[in-house]
Amino acid sequence: MIVGVWQILSSTGALDERTLASPAQIATRTVELVQDGTLGTATLVSVQRVAIGFVIGASIGVAFAIAAGLSRFADDAIDPPMQMLRTLPHFGLIPLFIIWFGLGETPKLALIAMGVAFPLYLNTLGGIRGIDNKMVEAARSMNLSWGQRLRHVIMPGALPQTLVGLRQSLGIAWLTLIVAETISAHSGLGYMINHARDFLQIDVIVVGLAMYSLLGLLTDGVVRQLERRALVWRS
Amino acid sequence: MAFLKFSPDSLDRKPDPEHVARIRSHSRAFGRHQVLRDIDLDISPGEFVALLGRSGCGKSTLLRSLARLDKVPASEVQIEGRTSVAFQEPRLLPWRRVLENVALALLNTPQRADRLALAEQTLEEVGLTDKLDAWPLQLSGGQAQRVSLARALVSNPTLMLLDEPFSALDALTRIDMHQLVIELWRRHSMAILIVTHDVDEALALADRLVILDEGRIAHTWRIDLPRSDRAPSQPEIASTRAEVLKALGVRPTPPNPKRDPLKNNVDNQGAA
Repeated sequence: MIVGVWQILSSTGALDERTLASPAQIATRTVELVQDGTLGTATLVSVQRVAIGFVIGASIGVAFAIAAGLSRFADDAIDPPMQMLRTLPHFGLIPLFIIWFGLGETPKLALIAMGVAFPLYLNTLGGIRGIDNKMVEAARSMNLSWGQRLRHVIMPGALPQTLVGLRQSLGIAWLTLIVAETISAHSGLGYMINHARDFLQIDVIVVGLAMYSLLGLLTDGVVRQLERRALVWRS
Repeated sequence: MAFLKFSPDSLDRKPDPEHVARIRSHSRAFGRHQVLRDIDLDISPGEFVALLGRSGCGKSTLLRSLARLDKVPASEVQIEGRTSVAFQEPRLLPWRRVLENVALALLNTPQRADRLALAEQTLEEVGLTDKLDAWPLQLSGGQAQRVSLARALVSNPTLMLLDEPFSALDALTRIDMHQLVIELWRRHSMAILIVTHDVDEALALADRLVILDEGRIAHTWRIDLPRSDRAPSQPEIASTRAEVLKALGVRPTPPNPKRDPLKNNVDNQGAA
């Protein structure tokens, strides 16, 4: 319906093609971009950035949360700085990261990792803190070792909250990617969009944006599936 | 004589090396609050002991000492063999199915297949064969407590500790659970220590009643009547019940002829 109206507006000239390309034009351009491999390569590069940044950030966030959640000492060492850094919008670090890491891949990955680490840290820690200590005690009364308690009681107990953090952090990961790629990139979806801007190729920009939102939807769907599988016991 | 009453001083002084638990001069304090004072208590293999007392008398603390949930000096609390605990709340892991919850107590058994087989067998004993794949949140209170019992039982303990396990259940379910515990206890011949403040529960289940008062063992009764003969109206049970209630500081209500047609109820007879 919306696409139909949009097409009519574009065809009649009510919608200037320099403002927004017509759906038909975008469709043709999509086919072109897929066929010459531009879209595939750009998407792959962007997905890779998010994946690597996410894995790094998630590992740090979850590891810190487990340490802080289980050890008084680690809590004192980790939590105050994390709480301080948390209030800092990570995009504010872009100038600093550019000075530290230059303009290559590293600052992008670092920025994504930063964005991912905090929601996962906070939610996982909250999940661990929220576990009923009586459950841990029951596990101790069964002579379960520290590792066994971690695996069977603490991690699954913190999982629902961790998954909330996972969804938040994936959203932030894509957002961070877009910002990072828009500022400087020589490959990826952001580069494709920036390049198109220089040549006023509005249809390419729209395709790039559509790809971003598709990827965001896709990862959100994956996490939702994961939640459904992991939390069946709640129903 | 069916009933032997011990004062704390004469308690179990006979030399008997066969104990699953031996507590000697055990004291515990939280801050300035003395919770347990100089406790001496032995539990023989296969013995069923009920630990009674008012709230805050230290009975749960004593159970925690026996379960090694708190650090206690090995010289004060010696345990032979394995202990296991069933708590007031079932404390099942909601994210593990019933069978896996029970098998969890066997994690130190190497083969997973063995663990599951043994867990299934134990769940059969508590009458929950149809709930193996259920999630704990789907169970009723009584069923959950049965799973908790199975979990305490499956590791084949020499001493099973029950911390007010039935106090949250309705009266009828509680009677069922008493039957079940007796059955399990007979079949597996482990010793049981049950912490309760239900005098009737203690009288129905235990060989020995121990009363804890302000961290000290105040009284001990041994009940030698077979469990099938322990009807509340049974004179010996009735008189012990009255003694226990008195020791717990519960005063029987004096009869009121205007409101109460019974001239002598069981409690008053016993207390006299």
